[in-house]
Amino acid sequence: MRIVIANGTVIDPANNLDAARDLLIEDGVVHAVELPGRFRGLEATQIDARGLIIAPGLIDMHVHLREPGYEYKETVLTGTQSAVAGGFTAVACMANTNPINDNGAVTRYILERARAANLARVFPIGALSKGLKGEELAEIGEMLEAGAIAISDDGRPVMDANLMRRALEYCSMFNVPISVHEEDLQLAAGGVMNEGPTAVRLGLRGIPNAAEDVMVARDITLARLTGGRVHVAHLSTNGAVALVRQAKAEGLPVTAEATPHHFSLTEEAVDGYNTNAKMAPPLRLAEDVAAVQEGLRDGTIDAIATDHAPHHRDEKEVEFDQAANGIVGLETALPLTLKLVESGILSLAEAVRKLTVNPARILGLPYGTLSLGAPADVVMFDPTGTWKVNPVKLRSKSKNTPFDQWEMKGKIVLTMVEGRVVYESRG
Amino acid sequence: MFTQRHFLGIAGLTQEELLFLLDTAESFREISEREVKKVPTLRGKTIINLFYESSTRTRTSFEIAAKRLSADAINITASASSVTKGETLLDTARNLVAMRPAAIVIRHPSSGAPHFLARLVDCPVINAGDGTHEHPTQALLDLLTIRERKGSIAGLTVAIVGDVLHSRVARSNMLALTTLGAQVRLIGPRTLLPAEFRSWGVELHTDLRQGLAGADVVMALRLQRERQARNFFPSTEEYSRRFGISLAALAEAKPDVLIMHPGPMNRGVEIDSTVADGPYSVILDQVTNGVAVRMAILYLLTTQTQEVVEVEPTVRDEAAA
Amino acid sequence: MAKKAARVVLDGEAIRRALTRITHEILEKNQGTDHLALVGIHTRGVDLSRRLAAKLEEEEGVKIPCGEIDITLYRDDVGRKRTRPEVRGTHIPFSVDDTRIVLVDDVFYTGRTIRAAMDALIDFGRPRSIQLAVLVDRGHRELPIRPDYVGKNLPTARSEHVHVRLSEREGTDEVVIE
Repeated sequence: MRIVIANGTVIDPANNLDAARDLLIEDGVVHAVELPGRFRGLEATQIDARGLIIAPGLIDMHVHLREPGYEYKETVLTGTQSAVAGGFTAVACMANTNPINDNGAVTRYILERARAANLARVFPIGALSKGLKGEELAEIGEMLEAGAIAISDDGRPVMDANLMRRALEYCSMFNVPISVHEEDLQLAAGGVMNEGPTAVRLGLRGIPNAAEDVMVARDITLARLTGGRVHVAHLSTNGAVALVRQAKAEGLPVTAEATPHHFSLTEEAVDGYNTNAKMAPPLRLAEDVAAVQEGLRDGTIDAIATDHAPHHRDEKEVEFDQAANGIVGLETALPLTLKLVESGILSLAEAVRKLTVNPARILGLPYGTLSLGAPADVVMFDPTGTWKVNPVKLRSKSKNTPFDQWEMKGKIVLTMVEGRVVYESRG
Repeated sequence: MFTQRHFLGIAGLTQEELLFLLDTAESFREISEREVKKVPTLRGKTIINLFYESSTRTRTSFEIAAKRLSADAINITASASSVTKGETLLDTARNLVAMRPAAIVIRHPSSGAPHFLARLVDCPVINAGDGTHEHPTQALLDLLTIRERKGSIAGLTVAIVGDVLHSRVARSNMLALTTLGAQVRLIGPRTLLPAEFRSWGVELHTDLRQGLAGADVVMALRLQRERQARNFFPSTEEYSRRFGISLAALAEAKPDVLIMHPGPMNRGVEIDSTVADGPYSVILDQVTNGVAVRMAILYLLTTQTQEVVEVEPTVRDEAAA
Repeated sequence: MAKKAARVVLDGEAIRRALTRITHEILEKNQGTDHLALVGIHTRGVDLSRRLAAKLEEEEGVKIPCGEIDITLYRDDVGRKRTRPEVRGTHIPFSVDDTRIVLVDDVFYTGRTIRAAMDALIDFGRPRSIQLAVLVDRGHRELPIRPDYVGKNLPTARSEHVHVRLSEREGTDEVVIE
């Protein structure tokens, strides 16, 4: 089964490629990448990529698929539908389901649902502690054997430093990273947004930057102590970016990710008590947004990951302090990232790198490249195509986005997993 | 002139609008002096008081205000209603709209609840206190009381003492006072005085005597004992020693300084009885002015011009595509 | 379409004479000033009531109690008008009980203002009687109410506007129709 994608620009950061190339895919695998026109006349399905970028399928290393247990918010099926519509061919999903994914059985269940959906690849991230309680180690070995690819208590911080130490030591045996949700619950003290001028004006309790910074400092110290791999999830403060920068300079096994909302929005998005601007960590100040952008530019932040967190209407259409934390993000990630390219913070190739090969390397996955012989996970997008965000049209089951009615530039045209088209835009 | 649909806060009101509200409230004062304390203005209209926090004082004040305008006042309090059965604010709003009220007065422990309600209903919404955000009618009655005694607000030095961090009364007052040209000083322990307030054009003091020097008006805020458990200060005794308004503390203030308190008072904690019951305390005037202010707000919001009044009351379904 | 020219129907002198005549009519009808009080309706009715009170005092040597009424809160068109009238305040510094009240207004038109004023007055107590003095009666009554004392009867079309200008407010005394 042959597919030729012709007349486009191939961006493959892993192979330092950013040029006009044609792609030949055979039996679900990248067979050849050659100068344009090379595969004309070949017996194959010809896909015209004129004016489009061809990149490895995007990889989101931080999503919440909500299945099992919260299917009213999202399922593996709807979540992967949303993913491929956003250009993602692989996602890593967090363990705060119901039951919690803290053992092999739930891990296998999630993988089974993913197989049934048959869209994007799904890689479960297993819980660090039993029941996400932050007390005892979960069945880490069992989950990794069942197919989990990393460990995290995301959704909750691990407040017990000794537990984190032991988890880092234990996980180092398997060479898997621990994705850490950094939030000191005591400093956060029931806050519902960033501690800053907007919170004071709206009369809402704030979460200071320090709540994130002290935990990042702690876990970097534990990485130094144990040599275990710490991956900082959803980095949001200038202090935390600086700490990670320093840790990397020291050569510590620390990596980091940032979400599109944390490099695009400030706390002012909460104005008017907008519950679709409520998430953890919260949206911060302009100087924090600038620091996150700089962290992406200078390589301190390795990956862009959405922290796609679907919530039902009933959980957001309430008083601000009662609203659930989180927003969906799979379908708006690429255009928001392309804004950074437009403003000169990232080159297009670098932007693609943060969404493909970098997350793949952190998770130890053989994806995110268009190397010869690699699985044909491909995304084609129009970097100039504009569209308006309409929550009703989002493929996610939940519509909790702060980008409602935003004009987006960057349109996914086609998403392909292992040579099979899983998403194609109409018109 | 005042043409806003809802009365959700002092934030955003111009000096002209604030003065108009105060003047209008003043003209409602004499109704409470009459034998027949009623005018027929809102006859046949229904005002719903939706109180999710217990508050005899404010609720009674709004009830009396509505009744003196000849409106029918309906009180819905959290403990008695379906709220305790877990009914959401959304559903409660829908049910209320079906009763066709002329206005809904809401007090709620969540900041932003009145704004949320205003998006859901088509009648005017009045904020009677939301979380730690604003208590705009309180600010109006405080300003009216000050103006009554001091003639004008501009140029006065007003000290607000106490738990500013958690006080919606302080926020509303700060906004109103600075808009009308008063100099505001916030006094309290550092733990209860967010630095962000400096950008609101007010002074921050952690020394009571210094803060009270030359003050024309002192507003004491209620200290909620629950704060102590959260490590904002070691004990109410220490708080009282350092920040309690006593005659001694007032030594540096102006000799005819006004003493105010939004109530209810913790006598001996944030304010001494000798001060609270002293000659310059206007605490009871605040209560009287409260009814006039609330009558004015109810009148102004429910008698908007024709275009607005004829709209069919509905609940806007926000999520409908 | 050219704006119709405004015409002065009462000048300062005519107004003064009308008020003098009304003063005498009040005294005659009430046989003196016993239990008499004036209540002016905001805004110009208040000015006129003060002038009448001064003339009564000049005539009889007795100070007549004077009050002012704002009928905004008693209107029957609350919320229906294009612009909301300002609330100005009512001040009646004497007991209304068993008093002969003369309500004073500048222009008598549909009668609804007077109905509202009577409602307001009765909320203050029980007057012995209520009479009405107006500077101008322009016709088009909509309620069974009519003035007891009239400065000038002025038949007008509904489309016309009657402007009363007083020296207390506009610096000059005149009544103009346009």
